[in-house]
This record gives sequence, C-alpha cells and structure tokens, in this order.
Amino acid sequence: MPKIDLARNEWLVALVIVAFCALAAVSDPRFLSIATLTDLLRGGIVLTIFAVGAMLVLVSGGIDVSFTAVAAFAMYVTAMALNAVAPWMPWWGALGLGMGIGAFLGSINGTLIALFRLPTLIVTLGTLSIFRGFMLTFVGQKQITTLPPGMREFGRMMVVRGTNADGSFYSLHAAFLVTVAVVVITWAILHRTMLGRTIFAIGGSVESARRIGVNVARTQFFVYVYVGVLAGLAGTIHASMARVANPFDLVGLELSVIAAVVLGGARLAGGYGTLTGTFLGVALIVLVRNSLIVIGIPNTWQSVTIGVLILLGTGLPAWQAKRAAARAA
Amino acid sequence: MTDLIALEGVTKTYAGITALDDVGFTIGAGEAVCLAGENGSGKSTLIKILAGVEQPDRAEIRFAGRLQGALNPRLSADAGVMVIFQDFSLFPNLTVAENIAFSAELGAHRRLFNRARVHEIARATLERVGVALDLNARVETLSVAHKQLVAICRALARDARLIIMDEPTTALTEREVRGLLGIIRRLKADGVAVLFVSHKLAEVLEVCEKVVVLRNGRKVAEGPATDFDAASLTRHMTGRDVAETPPDPLDPGAPLLMEVRGLTKPGAFSDVSFDLRAGEVLGISGLLGSGRTALAKALFGLVAPEGGMIRLAGQAVRLGDPLAAVRAGIGYVPEDRLTEGLFLTQSIARNVGIGRLAAHERAGFLDLPGLWGEATDWLTRLKVKAPSVDAPVRALSGGNQQRVVLARWLATSPRVLVLNGPSVGVDVGSKAEIHGIIRDLSATGLGVVVISDDLPELLATCHRLLVMRAGRITDEIMPAETDENDLAHRLAS
Amino acid sequence: MHRFASPEARLAVIALTVFAVMAALSPDRFLSAQNMTSMAFQFPEFAILALAMTVTMLTGGIDLSVVGVANFTAVVAAMILTRFAGPDATGADAAMWIAAAVAASMVLGLVAGLFNGILVAVLGLPAILATLGSGLIFTGLAVALTGGSAVMGFPTAIAWLGNGTALGIPVPLILFAVLAALLALILSRTGFGLKVQMFGANPLAARFAAIDITGLLIRVYLLSGLLAAIAGLVVMSRANSAKADYGSSYLLLAVLIAVLGGVNPYGGYGKIIGVVLAVLSMQFLSSGLNMLSVSNFARELIWGVLLIFVMIINTRAAPQRRPKPKPEASR
Repeated sequence: MPKIDLARNEWLVALVIVAFCALAAVSDPRFLSIATLTDLLRGGIVLTIFAVGAMLVLVSGGIDVSFTAVAAFAMYVTAMALNAVAPWMPWWGALGLGMGIGAFLGSINGTLIALFRLPTLIVTLGTLSIFRGFMLTFVGQKQITTLPPGMREFGRMMVVRGTNADGSFYSLHAAFLVTVAVVVITWAILHRTMLGRTIFAIGGSVESARRIGVNVARTQFFVYVYVGVLAGLAGTIHASMARVANPFDLVGLELSVIAAVVLGGARLAGGYGTLTGTFLGVALIVLVRNSLIVIGIPNTWQSVTIGVLILLGTGLPAWQAKRAAARAA
Repeated sequence: MTDLIALEGVTKTYAGITALDDVGFTIGAGEAVCLAGENGSGKSTLIKILAGVEQPDRAEIRFAGRLQGALNPRLSADAGVMVIFQDFSLFPNLTVAENIAFSAELGAHRRLFNRARVHEIARATLERVGVALDLNARVETLSVAHKQLVAICRALARDARLIIMDEPTTALTEREVRGLLGIIRRLKADGVAVLFVSHKLAEVLEVCEKVVVLRNGRKVAEGPATDFDAASLTRHMTGRDVAETPPDPLDPGAPLLMEVRGLTKPGAFSDVSFDLRAGEVLGISGLLGSGRTALAKALFGLVAPEGGMIRLAGQAVRLGDPLAAVRAGIGYVPEDRLTEGLFLTQSIARNVGIGRLAAHERAGFLDLPGLWGEATDWLTRLKVKAPSVDAPVRALSGGNQQRVVLARWLATSPRVLVLNGPSVGVDVGSKAEIHGIIRDLSATGLGVVVISDDLPELLATCHRLLVMRAGRITDEIMPAETDENDLAHRLAS
Repeated sequence: MHRFASPEARLAVIALTVFAVMAALSPDRFLSAQNMTSMAFQFPEFAILALAMTVTMLTGGIDLSVVGVANFTAVVAAMILTRFAGPDATGADAAMWIAAAVAASMVLGLVAGLFNGILVAVLGLPAILATLGSGLIFTGLAVALTGGSAVMGFPTAIAWLGNGTALGIPVPLILFAVLAALLALILSRTGFGLKVQMFGANPLAARFAAIDITGLLIRVYLLSGLLAAIAGLVVMSRANSAKADYGSSYLLLAVLIAVLGGVNPYGGYGKIIGVVLAVLSMQFLSSGLNMLSVSNFARELIWGVLLIFVMIINTRAAPQRRPKPKPEASR
C-alpha cells in the first residue's frame, strides 16, 4: 500500500475527484449511477487517447501541440477517402487508415524534430497550422454527415447496453475497449521495452543518452509517429461516435489535454509521467466539463474552474519545490 | 603481455590550433594511470578520441594489440573503453538499477525490458565493487559520491576493461575519495584498468602505477607514479615553478570592515563568527560538505540564514537578500562561472555593465556610452584579452571570463568581495595573475573573502585562514604558521 | 553584435520578397491604396498581442493568457460602455465613459498581469502552465460575465480607436507603431530592458548578479497584461462588440509571429524590429493570397511553412543556439 503523498499530483488529483464526487452525490443522489459513469467514460474516450500520446511526448522531454490537427486531418481524410474509393472497408480498416494517416503526419513532426533538431514546441506549432491549413484548403471544409459504412458501424458498436431502474438508457461504447487497449499497449511499451525506458532516459537527460550511445533521433522519431498514430485513432473514433466528420472539430483542445496530463504529474521538463496520473487528470477535466452543474456551479464557470484546478495542481508542487530549494541551498 | 591500450602518434588540430601533438603511451590491464594536465593541455581531446567521440587527424590506437580504424562511441564501448564524465551523464529520473544496467542492455541489443534481469545485473555489479545501494532509489536523490558509484557500476556492467575518469575527485569529500580509492583497488585486482584525468591528482597518486603529463598538447613527462609528487606534477604541468610569495603583511591599524556574528543555517553551517578588516584577505577553507559554499552564499544573501547577523562598517546588512548585500557594498564571484557567473551568449560589455545599470540611468533611460565606457575601462584595467567588447563572453578563455566577472563587481566599487573558488578551471598562468589582482585589490583597502579548497592558492593570497568542518569554524591559522600538508591535515581531521 | 546574417536581416529579405512577389502577381490590386489601408487596419490587433508575447518570451517564459486577458478586459470595458453610456451617448458624457472604460480595461490588464507575475515569479510555476491556467480563468470570467454572448451598443466615438484615421493613417496602425517603438526603446535603452534580456540568457547568473528577479518578472507580465488589454480594446472597437471567444486563433498566431521574428523561445534573444518584420511578412502574405483568391485557410498553411522554414534557416545559420538546460524542479 503506497503511502498518501500530497506532494504527488496523482494523490492530489484523486482526492479532488473523490471530493467532487462526494459533493455531487450529496447534492444529487442520482449522480452515483451507471448512467453517469458511462456518460463520463464516453466523454473521456477521445481525451484519454490524446492524453496518453501527450504524456508520452512530455516524458520524452518534448511537447506536441499539433496532435489535434493530426486527428482532425486523419478523421476527415479517412471519411472522405473511404466514401470515395472503399466504402466496403470494415470498421477496423477505417481505424487502421486513420492511424496510418496519423503515423504519416507524425513522421513529419518526427523528421523535423529528430533530424533537424528544431525545438518541439515551435515545430508542432508550425505543423498544427500546416496540417489544418492543408486540410481546409485542399481537402475540404464541409462536414461529412454521411460517414462511410465502416465508421458508421463502429459508431453503433456497444459493449454493454441497458436500462436503469428509472427507465433511462445507458451504454458503453466499443471505443472504450480501444482506449483500454491503447493504455495497455502504451504501458507495455513504456515499462516493458528498452524503447520505452529509452524514452524516459532521453527525457531525463538527452546529453547522457547520446553519450552512452542511445540513438536519440530514432527514439524521438518513434515518439512523434506513435503520437500521430494515437491522434489518428482518436480522430477517427471521434468522428465515428459523433456520426459526422467536422473538419473544424478537435483543434483547440490541445492545451486542455496537455493541462490534464500535467495535472496528472507529468513534468514539462521531461522524464516524468505516469498513465495513472494521466488518467486521473483526464477524469478530473471530464468531470468538470460534464458535471459541474451537479455540485451547484453554473456551467458558465467551467473554464474558470479548470483554470483554477490547473493553477492549484501545478502551483502546489511548484511552490513546495521552491520552498524545498530555498531550505536546501 | 600485450598492453590493454596502446596509443601512438595521436595528433589532432582544431581550425589550425594543435590540441594534441604526437602523443603516445600505454595502459596495461589492471593498471591505473594518471593523465595530468592543465585546462587546455589536450587531455579532454584525448578522452574524446579514446571514447570515439572525436576523430584524430593521425593516430595508431591499439586495443589489446589490435590496430583500430576510425572509432565511434559504440566501437569504443564494445572494446571496453568507458568514460565517466565529470557530470556522470546519468539519468536522474531513473532508478539506480536501471542506470547501472542501461548501457549493458543497450550493448546487448535487448528489445524488451526485464526488471528482474536489470536488478540482477545491478546487484551483481554493486557486489563487485563491494557497495550496497538501494536499487529502486531514483538517481536524483543520491549524493554526488553515490552518483559516481552508479556511473562506475554502469561502466562495469558493460564489461569495462578501461575506465576513464574525468576529474573524479573534485566533487568528493576526503572520506569519499578514500572510498573511491578502495573501489579502484578492487577493480585493479579484477584486471580493470583506470585512467584518471585531472589537473588535481595528488590524492589519487597512491593507487597509480604510472603518470603521464600533457602540456600544450604534448607529452612532457611519463614515468612511474613513485617518481612524482604534487610539486613535481605542478612543475611539469605548468613548465615552471609557481611558488608564489605570500601577501604583504596587513597594516596592524587597518579598520574593522565586516563583522559576522553567530550566522546559523541548520543543515549547512552554525554559529559562524569572524571579523574582516579593510585590506585583509581572509581565506575560508573546508572540504566539500563542510558548509563553505553555503556560507559564501549567505554572506551575499543568496542563502537565508536563520540566525546571526552581518554588519558592514557598523551597519547591519539584511540577511537573505542579495540586493541588500549589494547596497551594503558586498560583491560575490560564484564558483561555477559558466552557469552562475556569466551570461554566455551576451556581450562582454553587457556582462560587466549589468552590475552598473542603476548608476547609469537618467530619467529612466540608460546612458549607454557611459555604461559601456565604464565597462571597457574595467576590462582594460583587468587586462582582459578580447577581440571586441561586443563579442559574446563565451568566446573568452576561462581566465579572461573570470576577469569579466571580477570586472562586473569591481565596477560597483564594493567594500567587501567574496570570491568562491576564484581560480577554479583557470590555467596556472592566469591563476597567478588572478592572485595578483586579489593582492592589488586588497592593497586599495578592499576586504576580500576567498573561499577555496586550493591550498596553495589560500597560502599565496590570504592574510588569515579559517577552517570549516561540519558547518563550524574550527580553526584560525596564520599562513606563516602552516604549510600545505599541515593545512590538508587540519581540513580533514 | 555586428553579425551580417542576423535573423532580422534574413527576415527583412523575406518581407521584401513577399511584398515584391505579391506586387508582381497582382500589381493593381495589391499595391492599391485600398489594400494598403485595409492591411493597416487588420494586423495591429494581433501584432500588439505578439509584442506582449515577445516580452515574456525574452525572459524564457510565455504568456498564453494574452487572448483571455484581451477578451476579459474588453468585455468589462464593453459593459461599462453599454450600461452607463449606451449607443446614443455623445459629447462629454460619451467621452467620460469611454475614458472610464479604457482606464478600467487597462487597470484590469495590469491586474491580470500582476496575477500572472505572482504565479510565475513568487510561486514559481512554469510560465506555460501558469498562463495556460490563468488564461482559462480570464476567458472563463468573460464567459461568466456575459453568459457567452457578445456585448454591444457602444457610443459611436469608440469606433475611432479601431476604424478611424488620423492624418490619413489608420489609428490602430499608429497605436501599434507607437507601442512597438516604445517597447524597442524600453528593451534597448533602459535597465529594465537590458535585465530582461540578461535574465532570459541565464536566470541563475541573473540571481548571482543581484538582479531583483521577482520584481523583474512581475513587471514583464504587467507589461504583457497591459499590451493585451490594449489589443482587446482595438478588437472591441473594430468589431463594435466584445465577446469571450474573439480572436481565439490569435494566441498561436502571436507565438508564431514572435518566433518567426527571431525571438528565442528559450529566452535571451529577440528584437522588436524582427517581430515587426514578421508581422509585415505575415500580413503581406495573407493579403496577397487573398487577392489571388486563395482561401483563408491556405494562409494558415503558409504561415506554418514559413515558420518552419525560418526556424530551419536560423538553426542552420547559428547551430550553437541550443536550448539552455532545463531547471531541475520545474514541472
């Protein structure tokens, strides 16, 4: 049993989540229901996949703000391409194509970062504009309301479906399983492969890694391609679940996702980040987005609440670190 | 028996400047060799060539008798040549076990990470050097000596046959140095060779078989370690005897300048009291961890003591506030010039002028000609050799950089100057000149506090010496009453 | 500092090239007085935000709250104008309330800057997270105040700030020129400006040189908050309304312009002239493309390409300009 350490973000965020749920349950007993849970899970699917990717980049010592544009690009092009040339493609083919497009766009980031050694924030800021600009200029700007059959099929796939005692429906989307798979695979890469340990290593010290013969460029390239794959997957899932591919969706979420990951304890300076923390960070953000009203705060205060949480979640550890440094010096 | 490593005719030039000129020597299995040399003597270039990081212009390098072609880091590592850099190049966020096993696992081209195997490698390696460390501790939480140990183990775990240690003792306390020497003896018995590379080698001489001295890229001396002592090493490294004369005696009537009373910071230093008179150079020495650096910072307000007081010319100085220290007339030249002292990418003039901005502000705007003029003046007075004051300060040599930091503080006309390691990383020639500057400054009535573990430096510059141990001042010595050996003994005992 | 191929010199070449190419492609339209005026009205609002971004980036920080601050302060100013003056107010009455609204927005901009400054300088939050969080708070306050809808109905006089001209020159352009010149002067000719650059180059050395870092950073974010509030007023005046989510694309644009302008995002290097040239390049490019009936989104594409192109050239030309080591405890 690990001891509760409030200096660690995971515990802090977990406590806030528990407090939030307790408050919500007190003011509305219906809050503690399977329906709420499945709603939250549904709302968290795309965010979680994004966040896992963003966490991986932060661990490697970089930052990626382009993943939302990658996702939008992948989902839009997938929907359009399948409609045009391969409507027979099954759902897994659609997800695969989305991931492939994501991998390609990620490899552009990877090349600029690993080969040209440009700062990650600037590169991904640039490619955010490029991917989005390219899609809206050359691919299209209209929503695709008739998705290809494969994506429609996936959009309707449920793992569990049922009716509550009060007659309301609940369901758990199949994308939840995909998310679980993403988390498991990422965990395995990070903790059970040398590649994963190398990602932590270059986040801890790039210079040390170079000196002991780590192929830093290859590792970075992998990271950005992997994030591209996850973003492509998340984008395609998003369109399937929303039953529409809107090219204007998703972009704008990037900073919130990074905020969620940092809330969960990943460090901007690299080398630190956990899947548990990431999950908790996303959970808190989703909770605030979906259920703020339940604890009596109007939804117009949503963004203020998330801002305050980010400042508290990053401010407390920063303040503690600063005080510890002053004591030690 | 063939030598483990044989170097012959190693030559390397950078942009027309010869860094290494026809250097050659051998290292046998289980042998410890000292490679001594000043900064700029070419020893770092030699390490980089052995590690495969730099390519020589010309060289015959043999590993176990076999002539090597162009080296790269991988090839050198595969041959068992491992460099432990001064900063250890560890991963602070990973555990002890992972750090130790990382290179070995990379070398073995592992794809999967097996925690049990990694722990086994780490445990076995630690056992080999005879030390116990918590395998699951994150390296960032370790002490410097333990980090060094992890770095050594990492090299061993990858079957190191030759471990090259760059400045291995600078960050260690005397006790830790003894621990290190014990480990080195074990390694030698195991057949592992060690190459110590340093400009401060007296303390490792006892475990070495051989000494090689470099000066200006050439090998100037080589022989059994028993033929060398600290003095002869210095003579070979510098090419001259740098026996410096002690400072002129202090005027007995010199007025009291600074009083420090009962300065205390738990965990760093406690109850530190001393006086400093105008024109006096006061040395404070102690081993690493004795609290000397924390005390130095506290004098300048960078560290906030919890008790005690500092009075300058009778006026109390607010503690823990560098701005108050500067207003009172205290200046501070930090130990780590590159990270603490200088703005490397900024111009030389700006590096000096930054200390005098307030004085040159008229109605909110700077009198730039006045500011740069004054800065240039000081640079001339301290004989800084620079192509132009607009050049970035990183283009200067260590000695000139130190003078830039000195110029910044002298421009503020301080009354007390605290110099922490005034000649760390400065070549011997510049060192003597910096000592000359210290002497000239004190002659003008400036009070100088020199904090250093360079004993000859302290003896050459100070009127009076304070010894710190475990955060307390334990001894007060007049340089005339002591010598290097006696002083070293008093620091350590 | 007499480097021949400075980032600014390269940028000047780019700006001139873009201008020349656009002029050559559609000479009568691109070079028309009408196009020149419309460009001069378009860019100042985001260019002022880019100035705010530049000041913080010089210290190695960033201000992701600029758009939030601009909208929040503009919403408050707009509420003062609609509640107390209204669209029919004229003369002294209008002037008084306009003055009050402008003053209120600038004071709030300073308060927002102070808030950011305290987070960064006193509490030690990484700037990127501090301003990300505070940006959400300011945007959120604007949403909470307005319920998310636009505030409109101002005295007509306020339109002068965003749409008027003085001596035939668009007022926003004059405002931007004055602010840029002032900022350039502050950065190169005051102790504050020099300290900002030195701190950005090496924060630790700044501490050891006895620079009042807390005060310095707070002043930097105060300045950035004030500039953001001014940009907010320009946007409000041009749109004749204020809303919580105006100019949301301006945030990344401001970062992009600053970096394109040669400002080192890790701190320590940057010139206002570079930022001005970057703004001009962007504006020439987007107007020119507009004339050629290239879609709005193609501009985004080209901005991105331009940014990465300039970064590649800058790093090739100065390979030693690496990011400085990261502070140990930062998150």
